Amino acid sequence: MLKRWFQFLVLAAAAFATAASAQLSIEITGGGANRLPIAIVPFAGEGAIQPGIVSIVRADLERSGLFRAIEPPPIVPAPTEASAVNFPEWRSRLADALVLGSVAVLPDGRFEVRFRVFDVVKQSVLGGVAYTLNRNQVRATAHRIADYIYEKLTGEKGVFSTRIAYVVKRGPRYELQIADADGAGEETALASLEPIISPAWSPDGRRLAYVSFEQKKPVVYVHSLQTGQRQVAANFKGSNSAPAWAPDGSRLAVALSREGGSQIFTVNADGSGVRRLMSSSGIDTEPVYSPDGQFIYFTSDRGGSPQIYRMPAGGGDAQRVTFEGAYNVSPRIAPDGKSLAYISRNSGKFQVAKLDLASKQVQVLTDSDKDESPSFSPNGRMILLATVIGGRGVLSAVSADGRVKQRLTVSSGDVREPAWGPFIRE
Amino acid sequence: MRTIWISLAASALLSACAGSPADEQAGASVEDRKPGAVANQGAQTKPVPGGQVARVDLTQGKPPAGYSILKDPKSILSKRSVYFDLDSFTIKDEFKPLVEAHAKYLRENATAKVLIQGNTDERGSREYNLALGQKRADAMKKMLILLGAKEDQVESVSLGEEKPKALGSTEEAYSENRRDDILYGGEY
Repeated sequence: MLKRWFQFLVLAAAAFATAASAQLSIEITGGGANRLPIAIVPFAGEGAIQPGIVSIVRADLERSGLFRAIEPPPIVPAPTEASAVNFPEWRSRLADALVLGSVAVLPDGRFEVRFRVFDVVKQSVLGGVAYTLNRNQVRATAHRIADYIYEKLTGEKGVFSTRIAYVVKRGPRYELQIADADGAGEETALASLEPIISPAWSPDGRRLAYVSFEQKKPVVYVHSLQTGQRQVAANFKGSNSAPAWAPDGSRLAVALSREGGSQIFTVNADGSGVRRLMSSSGIDTEPVYSPDGQFIYFTSDRGGSPQIYRMPAGGGDAQRVTFEGAYNVSPRIAPDGKSLAYISRNSGKFQVAKLDLASKQVQVLTDSDKDESPSFSPNGRMILLATVIGGRGVLSAVSADGRVKQRLTVSSGDVREPAWGPFIRE
Repeated sequence: MRTIWISLAASALLSACAGSPADEQAGASVEDRKPGAVANQGAQTKPVPGGQVARVDLTQGKPPAGYSILKDPKSILSKRSVYFDLDSFTIKDEFKPLVEAHAKYLRENATAKVLIQGNTDERGSREYNLALGQKRADAMKKMLILLGAKEDQVESVSLGEEKPKALGSTEEAYSENRRDDILYGGEY
């Protein structure tokens, strides 16, 4: 299996001494069996911008577990997207796909990147795009290029331009951080001396709901990432936790204990309009909306052990969803609504399992033993999770079919509570 | 217990007579009862006008600073933790005298308030553990109210697995962390 470290430079991090040590790095610990061989030739004129665009594109595609980058031979002069392609030559190098491109400096000092994607087997052009960028948009542009190539070759949207949120604990300090999906370019949205848990992205990717203990008890906040403005969404008597956005972004489902026990309510993002969805004598928590907004899946111990149930989003009778095992928690619905990822305890090990909602088939996806907080990538292909390796909290990712595995670590501190953000709408 | 409180009241009274203004009583500590010690505390110390005596009211639930029955190691009220079995939120018999003592204190001190913090070990879902910790805190709250404390005297919250008292991933640490703590007003 492919085993390789991808370590990226941090663009703006040089200014902050601690930022470099906080960098997430990603290790692929298991790869797909049939990875598509792709040759991405260094773009002509790429040296004008740093870091190199092509290396980021390659790393993105390889990390998906679906591609294998072929090291192209040195070609002089460097070919561009307009160059004639010698398909038999690339075929002999066992490339199925080929990307050629160029970087030009524009009169206003910005850059233009042009590239084309070729199907070597069919000897055809799959498509091409030009992007204009300034010096600090290199990483973002590389991720967009990777997304474009990924979509052309797999038919599904890439997630390289999406972002992830997670919490790093270092000594007494908790930081809610946002990073690119490859772990680079992290920024701290909130630093606190009290715990932060359960970040949840708003559907538009502009806000995060989370639980902060800064008032010495769990309180739900909604935090605008761009302005840093924070609003209390739920601070009632008792515990306030487990925020989940409705797909239209209008309301949050939360778990509140204000009326005794942990029960599921909905509330507007500004804390108004609180409404109880159902009442049970046991624990109800970890609500999450189905992508169509019709149902809320949640964890409940009403049957004697924690299991996953679902109910109509407006309230009503609950149906039990998980049956195997005595501890099934943290439900997350795949973006297509067809499967459910959750944490299952199997002989004392907490692992990510996936339930096919139609066939009721359960597949355990991980072989670690302290997994928590699964989170689907917005295209549904990967599941990000928190686990513990060598006594330290790390993030890890597994493909929804269980075949590709990645590990993301920071060089110091514990990382936990990952949440994969939505597609960015432009 | 009553005798201790009265002797405290007396000492507070003594220091009041010795010269610190009545409204500084809250800050006076028990050790400073010797007239000389108080006099040395600073130029701003003004003599108490005749006839003005610091009032210490034992019925108001706010004992004089420096001593609290709640922190007296000889009192069961200084014991604040109740421990739970795995996945359980049942208060075991061995902790009932402790809960009864706190319920009695709350009954007798109508303005006293407590915060019950429920905790869990680190295993499993953070959110589920938060809910489990809530159930543990609620179990204590229910028992206190059953024993005569008033609803508005008791708030129960959960810290889940977020504030482990014992670090490490051992059975020992786990059982230390499956716990309710009782905190009185001013302690949190």
